[in-house]
Amino acid sequence: MGFLNSYIYYIASFGLIFIGLYILVAKSNLIKMIIGLNIADSGVNLFLISIGYIKRGTAPIFSRPNLNPKLMVDPVPQALVLTAIVIGVAVLALALSFAVRLFQHYDTLDMRKIKEQRW
Amino acid sequence: MKMRKIIGLILMLVIILAVAATLVKIPFGAPKTKVGSYYIENGTRQTGAANIVTSVVLNYRGFDTLGEVTVLFIAALGLGAITFTFNKRDRKGSLTPSSLVLKTGCKFLFPLILLFGTYIFIHGHLTPGGGFQGGAIIASAYVLIYLSCREKEVKRNRLITIESIGGLIFVGIGIMGLLFGGYFLFNFLPKGVLNTLFSAGIIPVLYVAIGFKVGSELAGIIVDFITS
Repeated sequence: MGFLNSYIYYIASFGLIFIGLYILVAKSNLIKMIIGLNIADSGVNLFLISIGYIKRGTAPIFSRPNLNPKLMVDPVPQALVLTAIVIGVAVLALALSFAVRLFQHYDTLDMRKIKEQRW
Repeated sequence: MKMRKIIGLILMLVIILAVAATLVKIPFGAPKTKVGSYYIENGTRQTGAANIVTSVVLNYRGFDTLGEVTVLFIAALGLGAITFTFNKRDRKGSLTPSSLVLKTGCKFLFPLILLFGTYIFIHGHLTPGGGFQGGAIIASAYVLIYLSCREKEVKRNRLITIESIGGLIFVGIGIMGLLFGGYFLFNFLPKGVLNTLFSAGIIPVLYVAIGFKVGSELAGIIVDFITS
């Protein structure tokens, strides 16, 4: 139980990354591949956030005067993840528009049936 | 087909286990990095913002945020270029008009969502939130318009104008910092009293610009997708 308590966030984030990458490799439907990419993205974000956590830490905001700066979680991964989420949204939107265009051109989203995209 | 799945599974397991084995050395809940504690100890004094994440995003790493906004802009631009080539279908004819309940709810909720988004990005230096989050909330108001009162048209040109003005304000404030303080995005405005609305120098101004820019950009993405 002690191991689970201290590493549950790492296990969950690597589990998400694993699920996402597996979907990317094994599935042939383009929409499912984009969803897999997004799941892996969430896993990376969760991992970065959980690296910055410290035991019984508070958010790095000085909203009250008597907060202890030693007990605040690391602000740098949070700023990084803020960037990563926005970039993730941009990538998702662009990938979906590619998917729509491919569907209009080939009438299918199955990557095995599109000759130029086969792998 | 089966073979590919098994190979993929084994490959992914090896990669994930290798990465996890190196990264698990970082103990969970350990004290933070040197640069993190430097920002926490000196952030409020140097930037005047109560929210340290905001001061990292917009003051210490302001240039990165400009790059991030640029990436979002380029993605929206590429999406606009791709949706422009879509085979357009007639949208007007196929829609059934929405009911009175939906129309009234939309009219009632739309300004409230805009107000909440504005509140989030104006208070970005005091509370959790900021320009990107507030912009996402504002874009969700446009999703509401397209879901409930569908015969309303959103002016795409107006969104592009707001987006450009937001980006120009960001770059303009950066160049003004270059003129007043000697480097890009220098915090040249007075820092004010900690934990009040008019504090932290250029950070609230930048976050308002980012909020408008991200909000209109994401709304533009939604408009592009639904009208095509």
